Amino acid sequence: MNKNTNSLLSLENITVSFEGFLALNDLNLNLKNGELRAVIGPNGAGKTTFLDVITGKVKPTKGEVFFKGKSLIGRKEHKIARLGVGRKFQSPRVFENLTVKENLEISVSTPKSPLNLINKKIKNDQLEEIEHLINVINLSKKINSKAGALSHGQKQWLEIAMLLGQKPDLMLVDEPVAGLTDEETDLTADLLKSLSGENTVVVIDHDMEFIRKLDSNVSVLNQGTLLCEGTMDTIQNDKRVIDVYLGRPEEQI
Amino acid sequence: MEFKSLKLSKKTTFIIWVFIIAFIIAAPSILPVFRLNLLGRYLSLAIVALGVDLIWGFTGLLSLGQGIFFALGGYCAAMYLQITSSSEFPNNIPEFFGLYGVDNLPFFWEPFRSPIFSLFAIWVIPALVAGILGFLVFRNRIKGVYFSILTQAALLVFFNFFNGQQKLINGTNGLKTDVTQLFGQMVGSESIQRMFFWFTALLVIAAWFFSKWVVKGRFGNILIGIRDDEPRVRFTGYNPVLFKTIIFSIAGGLAGISGALYTVQSGIVSPQFMTVPFSIEMVIWVAVGGRGTLLGAILGAVFINYAKSLVSEALPASWMFIQGGLFILVVTALPEGVLGWVQGEGPRNLLQRLGLKRKIETYPSLEIKNETEVLKNE
Repeated sequence: MNKNTNSLLSLENITVSFEGFLALNDLNLNLKNGELRAVIGPNGAGKTTFLDVITGKVKPTKGEVFFKGKSLIGRKEHKIARLGVGRKFQSPRVFENLTVKENLEISVSTPKSPLNLINKKIKNDQLEEIEHLINVINLSKKINSKAGALSHGQKQWLEIAMLLGQKPDLMLVDEPVAGLTDEETDLTADLLKSLSGENTVVVIDHDMEFIRKLDSNVSVLNQGTLLCEGTMDTIQNDKRVIDVYLGRPEEQI
Repeated sequence: MEFKSLKLSKKTTFIIWVFIIAFIIAAPSILPVFRLNLLGRYLSLAIVALGVDLIWGFTGLLSLGQGIFFALGGYCAAMYLQITSSSEFPNNIPEFFGLYGVDNLPFFWEPFRSPIFSLFAIWVIPALVAGILGFLVFRNRIKGVYFSILTQAALLVFFNFFNGQQKLINGTNGLKTDVTQLFGQMVGSESIQRMFFWFTALLVIAAWFFSKWVVKGRFGNILIGIRDDEPRVRFTGYNPVLFKTIIFSIAGGLAGISGALYTVQSGIVSPQFMTVPFSIEMVIWVAVGGRGTLLGAILGAVFINYAKSLVSEALPASWMFIQGGLFILVVTALPEGVLGWVQGEGPRNLLQRLGLKRKIETYPSLEIKNETEVLKNE
């Protein structure tokens, strides 16, 4: 078991092999309670596989994942989600045929059993939570429109609100600002920063400006392993990081 | 004319219901016996169609094996009628057993002496079989076209099994119900048939309200979520296996009720209920009527079948071509089905094309259009 009681999530020697190709190779990573952590890395570094392992979508070939002292290996996706791991996907994945409100209802409803959903009305405090979330993402005018009719940025925000509605202890956020305007990017950075402290947040992104705004510790992945960890300034001056990622200005995003 | 929202006012809804109920009550006096019987049979098919709409239209599970549950319900009803009407036959067991030299009633027939057991069996047995089959399939995350193939394979297994069991259930000949007795009268008699018609109409309405209740709230939204993005539902903390098993089981139960009502009104149940084309037809009724609309499933089942019998009377052998053409038309031109088209933008678009209505291009509609195009291109 995990000895470090302060640690919320720890990955120990995680290796994921897809028919011989090592998507993750002996990855070790620790997250403290309340931490905001950015994860960067070139394409194919294993960033999304890293999230897949935590959320149970991919079973690692080797290694252990501990969350709140419990092993996550072998647990089903929905069980891991109920333990308190929430995930926002790369491209916004909201339920397009449901309204904004219905999307949020799905996220805040507990317990998540079919019987509860079929014969009980949604609780009042959950309705209040939905109202609160809708105000946070500024969609009160679109509460009854189909999520499919929202703009790209609004969908991104709706999905973040759905993530918040799940009240997870650990939020895994995959490229939250892809396709957002500068202003929206700033707002998102502020939102994520305000969440840390109470929540533990992992942000994966390519956008260096955005990561800098988060003002957090950064982990750099490369070829499935952890290359280095530190503040943005430290890693920007790290020779290895410059070699694999930052050092080629023409490719820098 | 404004088609945009087809929401009916309370008054209109009330008047429509008055008409429907008046027609149901009066139908036996208006329609000839033969037509009334056909209508009753087609109404019972609307119930299995509602189940198909629940699993396919809402949850995205295209089952080509609903005939299994339909036939199971039919067999349960027929076994009850045969066993309770066999007092004059040798050994007090249904007549057909004599043909195969069977003297003792097979054990599973015994409970069907009880009317209460039989009334439950009609929907509980198909629902259980569907639930078990569904759970095994969904737990292994078999979906999409593999699910469809699997359900069709299961259908063939059941068909062949029932076909071969002469000594248990009269095999390929099936079980006749029209010459059995119910409440001291022949089941095929006019008065009993009239009762079955009313009963069927009542159950169609009940099944419709039940289905609406199932999909109304958050449960129904999860079903739609499973249809559109199942992994997303998992990561939100829901177990799709449970939801899919429950809805497949409900559809199985509805199919059983439907099969029982169809059996008593057509006078026989046989393995023919489990042929491949019949189960595919059920999907066609829903596709034509309108997926995910419930009412479309009812209308599709009743009207397509009525059209089938009218066309077959006038032009024998041409129906298959018409049905095929209808299916192709719906898939290519009306992917939402007829009711989905009417409820959506369909009528307005048509009027616009004919030049009867001015085009409305508001800013939000432009925004929505561009977005759907972008999505398509991706």
